[in-house]
Amino acid sequence: MEKERVLEVQDLELHYFTRKGVVKAVDKLSFFLRKGETLGVVGESGCGKTTMGTALLNMPTPPGRIIGGRILLDGQDILKLSENEVRRRVRWETIAMVFQGAMNCLTPVYTIEKQMRETLQQHRTMEKAEAKERMKNYLNLVGLSDDVLRRYPHELSGGMKQRVVIATALFLEPKVIICDEPTTALDVVVQAQIINLLKDLKEQVGVSFIFITHDLSIEAEVSDRILVMYAGRIAEMGTNAQIYGPQGPAHPYTQRLLGATPRLHEEVEELAFIPGTPPDLIAPPEGCRFHPRCPVLLERCAQDDVPLREIEPDHMVACWRCFDE
Amino acid sequence: MSEPILVAENLTKWFPVKRSLTQVVRHERTWVRAVDGVSFSVEKGEIFGLVGESGCGKTTTGKLVMKLLDITDGTLKLQGEDVTHIKGAALAQHRRHVQMIFQDPYASMNPRFTIEEVLMEPLEIHNVGKDRAERDVWVREILEEVKLSPPDEFLVRHPHMLSGGQRQRAATARTLMLNPSLIVADEPVSMIDLSTRAEILSMMKQLQREMGLTYIYITHDLSTARYFTDRLAVMYLGKIIEMGPAGTIIDKALHPYTMALIGAVCEPVSGKVNQIKDVPIKGEIPAATNIPTGCRFHPRCLYSVAECWQEEEPTLDDIGGGHRVACRRYKEIERLGNAARTSEASLGLRRTA
Ligand SMILES: Nc1ncnc2c1ncn2[C@@H]1O[C@H](COP(=O)(O)OP(=O)(O)OP(=O)(O)O)[C@@H](O)[C@H]1O
Ligand SMILES: Nc1ncnc2c1ncn2[C@@H]1O[C@H](COP(=O)(O)OP(=O)(O)OP(=O)(O)O)[C@@H](O)[C@H]1O
Ligand SMILES: [Mg+2]
Ligand SMILES: [Mg+2]
Repeated sequence: MEKERVLEVQDLELHYFTRKGVVKAVDKLSFFLRKGETLGVVGESGCGKTTMGTALLNMPTPPGRIIGGRILLDGQDILKLSENEVRRRVRWETIAMVFQGAMNCLTPVYTIEKQMRETLQQHRTMEKAEAKERMKNYLNLVGLSDDVLRRYPHELSGGMKQRVVIATALFLEPKVIICDEPTTALDVVVQAQIINLLKDLKEQVGVSFIFITHDLSIEAEVSDRILVMYAGRIAEMGTNAQIYGPQGPAHPYTQRLLGATPRLHEEVEELAFIPGTPPDLIAPPEGCRFHPRCPVLLERCAQDDVPLREIEPDHMVACWRCFDE
Repeated sequence: MSEPILVAENLTKWFPVKRSLTQVVRHERTWVRAVDGVSFSVEKGEIFGLVGESGCGKTTTGKLVMKLLDITDGTLKLQGEDVTHIKGAALAQHRRHVQMIFQDPYASMNPRFTIEEVLMEPLEIHNVGKDRAERDVWVREILEEVKLSPPDEFLVRHPHMLSGGQRQRAATARTLMLNPSLIVADEPVSMIDLSTRAEILSMMKQLQREMGLTYIYITHDLSTARYFTDRLAVMYLGKIIEMGPAGTIIDKALHPYTMALIGAVCEPVSGKVNQIKDVPIKGEIPAATNIPTGCRFHPRCLYSVAECWQEEEPTLDDIGGGHRVACRRYKEIERLGNAARTSEASLGLRRTA
């Protein structure tokens, strides 16, 4: 039986209304997240990963606005709620986000205890002692000792700061946590420790994750399913086995992205890369957005907008080549 | 065998730490032993990689080579000449021969300059080139080399009008303007995504082949280091603990620290999927003010025994084929490692939080 879906997103659109024009950073995304699952979101810089994360919290960064779609959290569309209700009942309570670079944005003059209080106490009225007890529990859960509460950010290593940020996100026991590049600034050893931590949390706490990164090798380790974004849209979505298995991914973009991800124990003459650059999201190309960089394009790719279709269970692709018509 | 371009012997940089009042009274001083006696040489036309965790002293080593910092102890030779304590005109010459590419290209470019001005600046500072016209020609040639073409389109732009990848190309172009004998590239691609990273490194390597450049490549990204470098040195807390041909270091690492680094690298490989290896290392890196006695890695090492902290620090010994390792137990560990491949459990490798 299929596991229950904690999050279901339909035709989500978030645009930035800039002076130069409208940036279509998230363009009609539809996907879902199952309970206890980790969904990886990958793509090159600027493809809209962070924007998607902020949209899921109904918290667009100005001049961004959500202009359409539905975000069903436990069956309820949070885009229909007032900002007040979202703040009280949804954000941090049901869905939380570990922001890109958050570990470097801790306030230098606050102790860790005060940092955590600042983020959390506006949400639930809780006895100070009770809150502190819970903070300790969550710090322990992420592998930190209690005395971290008294320390200042500069006294902690990068890995410890990232653990603090994760503990803060866990504190109100949300069902979904979005982690935006949580390991990108960290060394490999610390990165591996954080990845192991997130996996343990998934098992112990049963929380579902959306894990954003530009690095496909990290997704291979953490994610059950992978969503590949290109220019504000979904290029491909599949299970870990479908993306990394012997058959390899279906979309030429995912294939190239995987080709550009180095393997440690392989001797290569040249590193592969994807020629060209991602398109301008103010005036994206007609047809398939990847077609100007696609090495295997068909005639219709430059003209016809390409839909996202299921090619096998759990495996969706937006590529004319993959459809038999 | 060709003459090495650069020879560093026992290169050392200690930074003083601000003292507390009691320390001042007691005439005590604490030091950050950022680079604590490293020796290596770089051949002409070679790419030498320096890898290790954050804070292990990679950038400081690069800055010592550039002579942006005074050398506390040890010697540095460039093309056979001792440059350890040079000053004045000799130092200016040195900074012309050795160029550095930084992690954040913003930091090395004046935001008010156009790319043309950014590239002209080093020529003007060092008074190179007959006249404006000759410099103009060079600037265009270099832009073509780093594939920012057509040059006219890029010459008039400011750094913020370039993508991350283009900006790093411009930074590379800038270092090439003075035809340096050695380029120190400090994490040149760690801020950009994987595809662009591969593109930049390919370009840098192509330039190296065509123009016979020599690089010191500083990174914590082992998977690109393998492709990009000829030889690799692994640093831990200010010291090189293993060094050798890049392929050997990555496929046949012998130092437990190198093995931990390699074990922690994620790979997009099926089969291994969703079972990130337990990271065979304990705790976190200690501060460079408080370096453990004996082998400096022993507190985090899963294999350390009493002699590892009781006896002197192990030296970086050549064990054949240019492979050097500073661990007194590497042979036993290798045997254990082979046994472990058949029975993981026997080693007691464990997840460490
Ligand atoms: N506040 C903003 N105002 C205007 N445009 C924005 C804003 N934030 C993001 N964008 C644009 O929206 C697009 C998507 O940006 P986003 O930050 O979501 O990408 P990303 O995939 O997270 O990239 P990265 O990997 O670099 O973090 C980009 O073209 C970006 O320039
Ligand atoms: N100017 C300075 N004064 C005092 N300490 C310093 C100074 N520069 C560096 N250090 C210290 O020296 C050690 C080595 O720093 P360095 O920047 O060389 O490391 P790194 O290997 O380049 O690290 P990263 O990967 O984070 O760039 C660190 O402990 C750092 O805090
Ligand atoms: Mg982002
Ligand atoms: Mg550095």
